[in-house]
Amino acid sequence: MNASGTPSRLRWWMWLPLALFAFFAGLAGYMLTQEKEQFVKSTMVGKPLPAFALPPAFEGRPGAANTDFQGGKPRLLNIWASWCLPCIAEAPQLEALKAQGVEIIGIAIRDRPEDVARFLERHGNPYTRIGADEISAVQLELGSSGVPETFVIGADGTIRYQHIGDIRPEHVALLKAELEKAQ
Amino acid sequence: MIAEIGLAALWLAAALAVLQMLAGAAALRSIDGSVHPLAVYARPAAIVQAVLAVLAFIMLLRAFAITDLSIKLVATNSHSMKPFIYKITGTWGNHEGSMLLWVGVLALAGGLLAGFEKRLPDRTMGATLAVQGFIAIGFYAFLLLSSNPFERLPVPAAEGIGLNPLLQDIGLAIHPPTLYAGYVGLSVAFSLAMGALLTREVNPNFARAMRPWVLGAWVLLTLGITAGSYWAYYELGWGGWWFWDPVENASLMPWLAATALMHSVSVLAARDALRTWTIMLGVLAFSMSMLGTFLVRSGVLTSVHAFAVDPERGAFILALLLIYIGGAFTIFALRASAVAEGKRFAAMSREGALVFNNVMLSAILAIVLLGTLYPLLAEAFDARVSVGPPYFNPASAIFAIPMFLVMAVGPLLRWKEDKPARVLFEMLAIATVLIAVLVAVAITGDYPLLPVLGLGLAAALALAAFLPLRGRKLARVPVAVWGMVLAHFGVAVSLLGMASEGAFTEERLAAVAPGDTVKVGDWVITLQGVAPVAGPNWTAIEARVAARQGDGAAVMLAPQARNFWSPAQATSESALLTRWDGQLYAVIGTQTPDGRWQLRVWWKPFVTFIWYGGLLIALGGVLAIIGRVQVDVKRRKAAELGEDRRAGLADLVPEPAE
Repeated sequence: MNASGTPSRLRWWMWLPLALFAFFAGLAGYMLTQEKEQFVKSTMVGKPLPAFALPPAFEGRPGAANTDFQGGKPRLLNIWASWCLPCIAEAPQLEALKAQGVEIIGIAIRDRPEDVARFLERHGNPYTRIGADEISAVQLELGSSGVPETFVIGADGTIRYQHIGDIRPEHVALLKAELEKAQ
Repeated sequence: MIAEIGLAALWLAAALAVLQMLAGAAALRSIDGSVHPLAVYARPAAIVQAVLAVLAFIMLLRAFAITDLSIKLVATNSHSMKPFIYKITGTWGNHEGSMLLWVGVLALAGGLLAGFEKRLPDRTMGATLAVQGFIAIGFYAFLLLSSNPFERLPVPAAEGIGLNPLLQDIGLAIHPPTLYAGYVGLSVAFSLAMGALLTREVNPNFARAMRPWVLGAWVLLTLGITAGSYWAYYELGWGGWWFWDPVENASLMPWLAATALMHSVSVLAARDALRTWTIMLGVLAFSMSMLGTFLVRSGVLTSVHAFAVDPERGAFILALLLIYIGGAFTIFALRASAVAEGKRFAAMSREGALVFNNVMLSAILAIVLLGTLYPLLAEAFDARVSVGPPYFNPASAIFAIPMFLVMAVGPLLRWKEDKPARVLFEMLAIATVLIAVLVAVAITGDYPLLPVLGLGLAAALALAAFLPLRGRKLARVPVAVWGMVLAHFGVAVSLLGMASEGAFTEERLAAVAPGDTVKVGDWVITLQGVAPVAGPNWTAIEARVAARQGDGAAVMLAPQARNFWSPAQATSESALLTRWDGQLYAVIGTQTPDGRWQLRVWWKPFVTFIWYGGLLIALGGVLAIIGRVQVDVKRRKAAELGEDRRAGLADLVPEPAE
């Protein structure tokens, strides 16, 4: 059945698949050893806070607007929700920051007034103001992709720092330092 | 006991894979006449290994069926109150179970090959089984050392955790095993290619042994991709049917390679040409399958499909890739030049057209591979990019358009050498249809370029698919040729669906209050009301939407926005209304502050043809298998009659035309 052809010459392209594969394997191996960036950093860090004015999330506190961050001192902008479990975990840390004289303004994402009230009753209320963001509109403008997230807003109204995920006890000092830098 | 039997079966199967590899390698060392004493064990080892691996999988199925909560995998992925069907499908709805399925199919394929393939020389068969055993060893090691599905819990769990609700869908229960069987079926093509390369027995007999495996794997991949595309279309609620997501690409790349391989192996079988090219594609097709498994399982790429992301397992699979793909390409580079060149042919011939389309398919494969891996490359340099349709669509179209044109004409050409003048009438007919449709579409409206070209090509291909039957007695046309006609027609049908969806889709996004109407296409859609509904593990708001086409009666649609609570997840359940000439697709969104609802509706003319086409292509593949097996059986019977008669018959019954 064999055709009686002569063996063909050694051709360079026969090594091409191996070379391409070696390149891929090297790349994949390198990437596997790299720490995977799990979170999407906001590109808004370093830029002024976008303009917004949110209605109050419940009766106990006024709503929040970008103008509330202007003047005097740096503040924390905490994005949270009563339906968010890690938000319960970070509540004591927010209380600790409040005790150290930090003003914290909250934005409640896709929440209901009665749920907000119940959450704050149970886990404490570190906020001076809480705006209700019904459709995540302000959250998206801030470049935040989840709850909870916390932004450090400078005295001049610019976004200085973004903390993604719940604030653990070891993050309190870190946030405090960022607030001081933002004077 | 179930878990212990399963685990013991797996270890024994792994041991037999070692024996299979050694015995196969021994067969390779047999010198003419004297058979190495070990060599006789290769086939039985492969068959018993298949039985044991399948037994292990059945044990896991049983553990899931009875919800044995002392097994860690069952406790973390199942629940005693789950419907029985999802208990069963939960077996492969997780990393360990799906890898066991992978290995089970691999061993089964090896066993079938060892049991039924008789026409290859002993040395080639031995080398093939050695390679198959060698692949199996790696995956047994992976399973037993890092993903043991039978691991027991120290204390049995009181209740299972349950299966991700998105995976509790009958479509998703069938789609992964189909794709897996397709991926793994290509392993046999890979082993055969390596076996033939090692023994330098690359010839039509080898191609005929390889062809049913390639066809079978290709049919399964076609079905798996078609089903996956339809699932994404109705379940994700984005109105699209293909997203160029890394995991979708991971299934498309082996399909492209297998499509090229299937055509190339036919040329080798019929004409003894394209020897090294066929070997190359055989290696490439399974390499793409393993690459796909790596991309899905390792999490190096960000994907909506990232099910079981684990860098350690990723490193294990990467090591396996290095051994198998790296090894295969090295042997290819060293050995391929020693394979005698096949028969020559003119550029204007059936082979010429097939080679051209093979190159085009490979180019599309390269485009998809580059686009899929580019984000990984960019990320190594700290840049975040995502590659999407603006790259994939035009870049693949550059190669797809000439491919479709050649595909229309290729089957009309004769083997070896042909003159364009002989098929002038057919070519004119195809060109006329192409130009007529292009002009007709261009003057009726202003549509994007690619869909317009797609419509013209679809019409031309639909005609061209049947032209090979012209002037033949239909009753005497071989089954395999019917397979080709049907598959090529399926491509035209699918292309029509894609182009029509791209050109004519109408979309309306409106905020509506109950009683309001929206118009899309010739449909009038009325929102009648919105009500909350509750399911077993979700709550939803459900819209009652009446759709009326022209003066016809209203049909009710009920799209839902669902919220699952464990794990918390919001999904859109789109509502579909299928007509022969298209689909109405409705999605309910959020409520606006003034109390109206976001209603999104599409009218997608002929969109269903995309999947009908996929089914036709797969059916064509099935016919081709039937046709080839029939001819092979005849050939084998004839061979039994003796060497002389066989030589005579080979002239009388030539390989049926593609």
